[in-house]
Amino acid sequence: MTDQTEQSRPPMTRLLLVLVPLAVMLGAFVWIASLDPLRGFNNGAPPVEALTVERTILDGSGISLSVRAGGSEAMVVAQVAVDDAYWTFTQEPAGPIARGEAVWLRIPYPWVLGEAHHVNLLTNTGATFGHEIGVAVSTPSPTWGQLRLQAVIGAIVGLLPVALGLMFYPAMKGVGRSGMNFLLALTVGLLAFLLIDMTAEALKLSGDAAAIFQGSAMVWLAALASFLLLMAIGRWRGNPEGIALAFYIALGIGLHNFGEGLAIGGAFAAGSAGLGTFLVLGFALHNVTEGIGLAAPMLRARPTIWIFAVLTVLAGGPAVLGMWAGSLAYAPQWSALALAVGAGAILQVMVEVSAYLVRQNADRQAALMSPAVLVGFLGGIAFMYATAALIKI
Amino acid sequence: MPGGAVDPYSAHDSGMAHGNMTMVGQVDHARNGFDPTAMLTDWETGQTEVLPDGRTLRTFEVDVIDVEIEIAPGVFFPAWTFNGRVPGPALRAKEGERLRIVFRNLGSHPHSMHFHGIHSAQMDGVQGAGLIDPGEEFVYEFDAKPFGCHLYHCHALPLKRHMHKGMYGLFVVDPDPARHPEFAAIAASRVLGSPENAEWQELAMVMNGFDTNFDGENEVYAVNTVGQAYMNAPIRIDKSRPVRIYLMNATEFDPINSFHLHGNFFDYYDTGSQLTPTLRTVDVIMQCQAQRGILEFSFADHEDGLYMFHAHQAEFTELGWMGFFDVREAGA
Repeated sequence: MTDQTEQSRPPMTRLLLVLVPLAVMLGAFVWIASLDPLRGFNNGAPPVEALTVERTILDGSGISLSVRAGGSEAMVVAQVAVDDAYWTFTQEPAGPIARGEAVWLRIPYPWVLGEAHHVNLLTNTGATFGHEIGVAVSTPSPTWGQLRLQAVIGAIVGLLPVALGLMFYPAMKGVGRSGMNFLLALTVGLLAFLLIDMTAEALKLSGDAAAIFQGSAMVWLAALASFLLLMAIGRWRGNPEGIALAFYIALGIGLHNFGEGLAIGGAFAAGSAGLGTFLVLGFALHNVTEGIGLAAPMLRARPTIWIFAVLTVLAGGPAVLGMWAGSLAYAPQWSALALAVGAGAILQVMVEVSAYLVRQNADRQAALMSPAVLVGFLGGIAFMYATAALIKI
Repeated sequence: MPGGAVDPYSAHDSGMAHGNMTMVGQVDHARNGFDPTAMLTDWETGQTEVLPDGRTLRTFEVDVIDVEIEIAPGVFFPAWTFNGRVPGPALRAKEGERLRIVFRNLGSHPHSMHFHGIHSAQMDGVQGAGLIDPGEEFVYEFDAKPFGCHLYHCHALPLKRHMHKGMYGLFVVDPDPARHPEFAAIAASRVLGSPENAEWQELAMVMNGFDTNFDGENEVYAVNTVGQAYMNAPIRIDKSRPVRIYLMNATEFDPINSFHLHGNFFDYYDTGSQLTPTLRTVDVIMQCQAQRGILEFSFADHEDGLYMFHAHQAEFTELGWMGFFDVREAGA
């Protein structure tokens, strides 16, 4: 084969070769828009309408809804009925709502504490979009007291268990090869549970988001992108091991705890969780394994106390941020995105911990199927599943 | 966790007045082509001529027109109408007259006029008897009887869809005093245009609802189509003159509608086909679908003020079916 195609072209020619198709594309779009070839399909049907409620705020001034339009044309919310009664409302900003745009609807409705309300949005074409408020409670406002309170709960469900788990480090330090294999497999097992849990949660949340965000595709692609990106970064200088691997695990677990914080904060805001002490303890127990998982790859290294502190903050701290974000600025698509990124990160550490486990053993394939590894892996999943029963509401 | 128990009966401090229960904005009556206030007294009496036998022949012209109407501020409904309005024209005749209704279908579906009255099968407005295709014309002809407060509606199938799209209206037959000598004065007071009738303030009201998203439940309830129309423009009542309401229930999907008057009681003539009241001194009556009747009451001894009337199904009330009588002295 000759090398003709490799002849280099002058820069101007290259630019021209790019500009020509771009110009043709632009021309085609203008032509299609002016010609309106779909006119022939106009059968008199009303425009397609879609409204998604992204946030609900209940406070002393009534009910506020953040609503995103996804219609084929700009939409008009003509009337609002709460519990089958037309009610006054204001819209910010006013006017027709363009596709993809979000507005606030403020309804001065005297909602009743602890009871359910149903909001019905009636558009100018007569289409209706219902929104259920399951349990009406005041939406937390970002006061110092609230933020501190939420930080305490975030610390209990995030920081505390990770720190507790890491405290097993000295006890784990002396284990032999089988023990090491068991602990690493346990880590992979608990990560496998988190991966499935997070992906399911992300997909569920994305279903509540406006269609314009293409929830399912967004979740899978964000997870894939974060997985590939973290793999590439992790392998920049060889395979991550020891403390470096622990940091990647901390990052993945941190994103997971951010998601958990979001869920608790969201439940807090929605009033669906009485959020009892039992639930908070359940989260704490559930997350203790995360600390053990962080410690496992460092057993052959000599981490300082500061490493432990940083790992704890990195893995557990995001629970606090998640609490704040979940209760104060809740929109399903952003929560789904955060969880998807976390799922990608979890997958990356699963791959890396498994690779580390294999490298630790001379008889690589046999080690993977050894009793210690299988028991560890399945035990990790089982423990997470069992403790998750305490926190699912 | 927030400390302490929250008082479940604590009221919110500000901004959530219960008086905010209303629609936002105003309906453009001019664009609709009909005004609920004008509709109250807008009787369609047609054209009359005297037949060789001395009887009166009364001719009405009714066209079916497809038109989009605003039934609540900013909410549009693709209606099928008689003469471009919902409810259709309030036809009014006198007992014993010969009636001729020239019916043209300018709409997009087959339609008819089915009168609640006494007539032959050929004039019934069902399949094969005056149910006509778009572009066609039919003439219904029958005697005006019995007297009373009646209705007409399209009887094309599916009936529910044709009716709730707006195809109904009042059909009032005034009693002929000569035929009811024992109640001649009462009968005379019901004959539109008579001196006795001039004493009365007569109002045409059709209770209706609109299922704007076609899910089999009404989104908007009203009397004379526009939700809360008489909240925004209370009906002026001269307290020195008695009030007579011709009320009909054209609501689809809900089996029963009702009328409740505040601060007063009324006599009720079910179907209006008798000259003595069916119910005396009541303040709520109910009507099933297509039921109708006449309400008579007076505010003569009342203080001036706004007196509310509405369906006593609170759900209908809060979805638009409520209004005010603005009771004052004449000219006040």
